[in-house]
Amino acid sequence: MQPPQRVQFMQIYLPIAEVSVNIFTLLGLGGIVGLLSGLFGVGGGFLITPLLFFIGIPPSVAVATGANQVVASSVSGVLAQLKRKAVDIPMGLVLLVGGLLGSASGIYVFNLLTELGQIDLAVQLCYVVFLGLIGLLMLQEGIRTIQEQRKGGGVRKKRVEHTWVHKLPFKFKFRASGLYISVIPPLLVGVAVGILAAIMGVGGGFIMVPAMIYLLNMPTKVVIGTSLFQILFVSAFTTLMHAITNQTVDVMLALLLIVGGVIGAQIGSRLGARLKAEQLRILLALLVIIVAGKLGLDLVLHPSNLYSIATGGE
Amino acid sequence: MMIRAALLALGLCAVALPALAQDQQVLPARPGMPITNRPEPDEQIVAGLSRDNIGITTSFDGSQILIYGAIKRETPEPEGQKLAVIVTLEGPLGPVTIRKKSREFGIWVNTASVGVAAAPSYYAVATSGPLGDILDRRTDTQQRISIPLAMRAFSGPITVDDSIPFTEALVDIRKEQGLYKLETGGVHIVDNTLFRADFALPANLTEGDYKTRIFLLRDGKLVDKYQSAIEVRKVGLERWLYTLAHENAALYGLLSLALAVFAGWAAAAIFRFVR
Repeated sequence: MQPPQRVQFMQIYLPIAEVSVNIFTLLGLGGIVGLLSGLFGVGGGFLITPLLFFIGIPPSVAVATGANQVVASSVSGVLAQLKRKAVDIPMGLVLLVGGLLGSASGIYVFNLLTELGQIDLAVQLCYVVFLGLIGLLMLQEGIRTIQEQRKGGGVRKKRVEHTWVHKLPFKFKFRASGLYISVIPPLLVGVAVGILAAIMGVGGGFIMVPAMIYLLNMPTKVVIGTSLFQILFVSAFTTLMHAITNQTVDVMLALLLIVGGVIGAQIGSRLGARLKAEQLRILLALLVIIVAGKLGLDLVLHPSNLYSIATGGE
Repeated sequence: MMIRAALLALGLCAVALPALAQDQQVLPARPGMPITNRPEPDEQIVAGLSRDNIGITTSFDGSQILIYGAIKRETPEPEGQKLAVIVTLEGPLGPVTIRKKSREFGIWVNTASVGVAAAPSYYAVATSGPLGDILDRRTDTQQRISIPLAMRAFSGPITVDDSIPFTEALVDIRKEQGLYKLETGGVHIVDNTLFRADFALPANLTEGDYKTRIFLLRDGKLVDKYQSAIEVRKVGLERWLYTLAHENAALYGLLSLALAVFAGWAAAAIFRFVR
């Protein structure tokens, strides 16, 4: 038997995850995800959860603790956005109501798939399809806008399209967004995002941001703040549910991710204010495509080990 | 004590008969010392652990355990029979599901699974020599010493044709994670009397009682067995958080949320101040 081979530096034992991890790894992970959160208005759940798996945190703990981390970075982000008056609170509330409804039905679908034993596949397919589709759409749109700007030399005129969407009842004036539309489309967007978020175990920002831009025609400036506002409440709800039903929230892990994350989020939101909306869109699109591509390859390529183990019975 | 005596008796019976045949091969040239007159082996393990409990603190990053002991003899040492010592350390048992992927419509999907009702979360075997040479199959099966035998019954009906590759995969994965180990030569025997084994426990330990077993073998047969336990427990802040999370889940959840909201607010406030 050998003595411990490596010199352990700043390791911390996590009480719920029951693993020992380097403190700086966790701070770094939190920082990267916080930066993205502040920059793009996405919660970062779609990155933090796979990254935590990768460093050896049990999946159930990673999902639950990731949600808690998202709460902190959203609070930080929302406060920064509020200062810039970039949150449409009435719109956020409508999306939130839809989100909670969707999340409740999403959990039902999640349990159904778990019983069938194919939840992993469903989650991966959801990631690949939705991330890939959204990423490509955003990339195309972003590039086109930049090309048009270069050609015309000026900002593209904002078109106000009058479609069937504008004929729906329950119209409401969303002042911050400069929209006078029915509450039904944002409510439906909230529901759809809620369902997907529950199945994929994420906040859903990466789906909501493009939905707000393309389906609701909201200005990019308020999209990020409003999306963060909705994510804040949905992920708080998720954290509490996980803590109560599964006892899988690791507060020590969350704290370290949060410390890194809140700093990252502040830097991100300041950086975001300097970048142009089109550039932001292209960057987010590229990030989303990379994640989707990686997950897609995992599905197609021959796995290095055909077998995998999971503690706990079926 | 009763159990120990019974085991010893069992061990003796097991040793007595087949040992004769083997000894003649190993030690043919020993004139003047008839095999039948040889004193019966009467050996017992007297052992100690460097510690009988491990506290998992916040800075816990693995632990060293020394298991040592001596072989106590009432009579002179039996000659000619190969002495061996095996020490095992076994973490708490838990159910495990092993899944296998196969290609369906171009993508890799989990299609088959085997459930093991109880597999140790940690299992290390230290031996004084190659396991195949010092332990016979029957003793191994009875005592469940070698790594594949550490896994207990399957859970649920078996839906695959051959479950062996699945359990082998479990052992391989856990070996890679440093959770299952076989340390050939990990037990040092001095003068056929004193022995010691060092274990380096990894940082990703699960809480519970770690069962320590010491086997004294001669020619692959069990002579004596010693069993003890090391208690691995979270202590201090780790203990407090773990207990709170399980016994006061709602409060713990709210605490986590409050912490997150506070941290988010504090960061925003600090950055505003700095500007």
